[in-house]
Amino acid sequence: MKKYRIGLFIPCYIDLFYPQVGIATLELLEKLGQEVIYPPKQTCCGQPLANSGSEQEAIATYQHFVNNFQGFDYIVTPSGSCAYHVRRHYDILEQTDAVRKVRETTYELCEFLTDILDVDDLKIRFPHKVGIHQSCHGLRGLKLGAPSELMIPSFSKVRRLLEKAEGIELIELDRKDECCGFGGTFAIFEPDVSVKMGKDRISDHERNGAEFITATDTSCLMHMEGIIRRQKKTIQVKHIAEILNTNSL
Amino acid sequence: MTPHAKKAKQFLADEARTDWHNQTLWIVRKKRDALAAAVPEWETLREKASIIKENVLANLDVYLEQFEAAALKNGVTVLWANDAAAFNQIILDIIQKHEAKNIVKSKSMLTEECGLNHFLHHKGIDVVDTDLGERIIQFRGEAPSHIVLPAIHLKKEEIGETFHEKLGTDKGASDPTYLTRAARKHLREKFLAADVALTGVNFAVAETGTVVVCTNEGNADMGVHAAPVQVHCMGIEKIVPRQEDLGVFTRLLARSATGQPVTTYTSHYGTPKPGGAMYIVIVDNGRSKHLGNPKYVNSLKCLRCGACMNTCPVFRRSGGHSYGYVIPGPIGSILAPQRTDARYTDLPFASSLCGSCSNVCPAKINIHEQLYYWRQDLSEKKQTSFIKRFSMKMTGFVLSSNSRYNFAGNMARKALKYLPHKLIYLPINAWGRGRELPAPPKQSFKQWYKNNRKNKPQ
Repeated sequence: MKKYRIGLFIPCYIDLFYPQVGIATLELLEKLGQEVIYPPKQTCCGQPLANSGSEQEAIATYQHFVNNFQGFDYIVTPSGSCAYHVRRHYDILEQTDAVRKVRETTYELCEFLTDILDVDDLKIRFPHKVGIHQSCHGLRGLKLGAPSELMIPSFSKVRRLLEKAEGIELIELDRKDECCGFGGTFAIFEPDVSVKMGKDRISDHERNGAEFITATDTSCLMHMEGIIRRQKKTIQVKHIAEILNTNSL
Repeated sequence: MTPHAKKAKQFLADEARTDWHNQTLWIVRKKRDALAAAVPEWETLREKASIIKENVLANLDVYLEQFEAAALKNGVTVLWANDAAAFNQIILDIIQKHEAKNIVKSKSMLTEECGLNHFLHHKGIDVVDTDLGERIIQFRGEAPSHIVLPAIHLKKEEIGETFHEKLGTDKGASDPTYLTRAARKHLREKFLAADVALTGVNFAVAETGTVVVCTNEGNADMGVHAAPVQVHCMGIEKIVPRQEDLGVFTRLLARSATGQPVTTYTSHYGTPKPGGAMYIVIVDNGRSKHLGNPKYVNSLKCLRCGACMNTCPVFRRSGGHSYGYVIPGPIGSILAPQRTDARYTDLPFASSLCGSCSNVCPAKINIHEQLYYWRQDLSEKKQTSFIKRFSMKMTGFVLSSNSRYNFAGNMARKALKYLPHKLIYLPINAWGRGRELPAPPKQSFKQWYKNNRKNKPQ
């Protein structure tokens, strides 16, 4: 396997509230023989601002991101949404060589594993029933899989990484890629619809027998976990990096 | 709370009804999926539709003049309206000129947009909406909650109540066949007495000067055939260049809208009937403003199929009326903010930006991206709340610096750890209304990394 110099981007809410997802991502990439560096001064991709309509206020944060992530072969992050934001919405910066390079080389973890490292069998053992929550920005933005609306051949980079796990049972959902209702600041500004969407998503996983809901994005999982804990349900959430890092490579 | 969020909250108060609404529209979405999947070249068709419409929008002046010339040659009277007021006046003039008493109208979102019924009512003229769903909501004095399924927010029992009151059907009767027959009998009388038939327009063919109207109930035909005067109302963007382009759109329209291979009736109107009169009214009403804006021009490719509403997880759970604009849902939320008043500035935020709308759109409008652009534009024009803009400015200040970010992050985790549950979950905490906040971990990733890896942060 080729060895790359990787800048590890840990989104703000993972850094602050879900460090185990960052640790799993780091350990997994290291086990795969990659040189992983965590630029210590990183903060956030700026999406929360832009999502709320304050793109102009985000420019300093964008620039801070670009400054921190220069000089790597790839920038890898356990978030489809943040990776998509850097790639798609850093277009408002002046497109210097540094900005272009950062945008082109920012990858979501599963995408990096399948497209760049070309691995799928990570020698995982995860004997559980797992439901895949298709986080929207990963699915429809980064095209990590074929969304149900498009009449294109079916594929899923996420499923490809999970389905070879020993003992895993990937459950089928009634609505395979409906949004969970997190939507960034949507969760705050439209709390009632947001929570209802989350409840419905969780019910779909429960109804179809999932023990774990996994996703490429901790933000979706944080939202669903919040509802699960409030409603004292037993189903659990686990970021895909945590499952993939249970490997025995 | 924004107007949309407030109305959504009201809609969601009846959770069982929300689930029913959600599931009903989801079934339509699934029908659409099945029909689209049966067309091997589906994605190519969408691409073609998009390209044809892009060409139309880029050369709209030329096509509109070509259309007008061809329609005039067919013996049609073509009238132009700059805005809703001019449009309504034109329709009133036509009605008065022909001394018409009985007006029937098949579905036209344009007339809804211009408030035609309301305007004519104040002039003492009542228009009968002949689309079943529209007639139902007209009886009830409501606005459509969906552009293709205007009464989708109602259950058959409620419609039974309305029909009992307005049409004298049996009290408590809610059998759809029974109710539909009653409506049919009622509408037949209206058709037979009609002096003027108004219709919307799905497509206007530039080379032939003809208009195409798609219905499932045949109500456009019933009106046009019965009334001596027919009036077709279209927005300037309804043009397709050639007759042969129509096939692309008719194949996409009904499949996207309701999951049918084609609408039951696809009616082509070209010339006035012997002794009758045919008018086509072409309306701008703000569309040219979209046309001049590269970010938003693509919204004019819309075929008004409603697929974006059926797929939208927010629409299905908040109902069409929560949007407060004549065209609800994702497409409405990128059309409404172009209006000059500030009423609709919350709509681009009434979306989780999941992107499903753009994927089902038969004309490939980048709806979710335009929602994102509108958010930026509205904030820049200071049409979002001061508190929101101020808090975003502060967040930007924090996120652009490592030390400020670390400080704020540590404070947040400490607050979650030490503050009492009751204080954290005060009503001001919108997150906490239906959700717990994450349990704060012992240390951040940053701190863990510093302690566990060599290249420690400086």
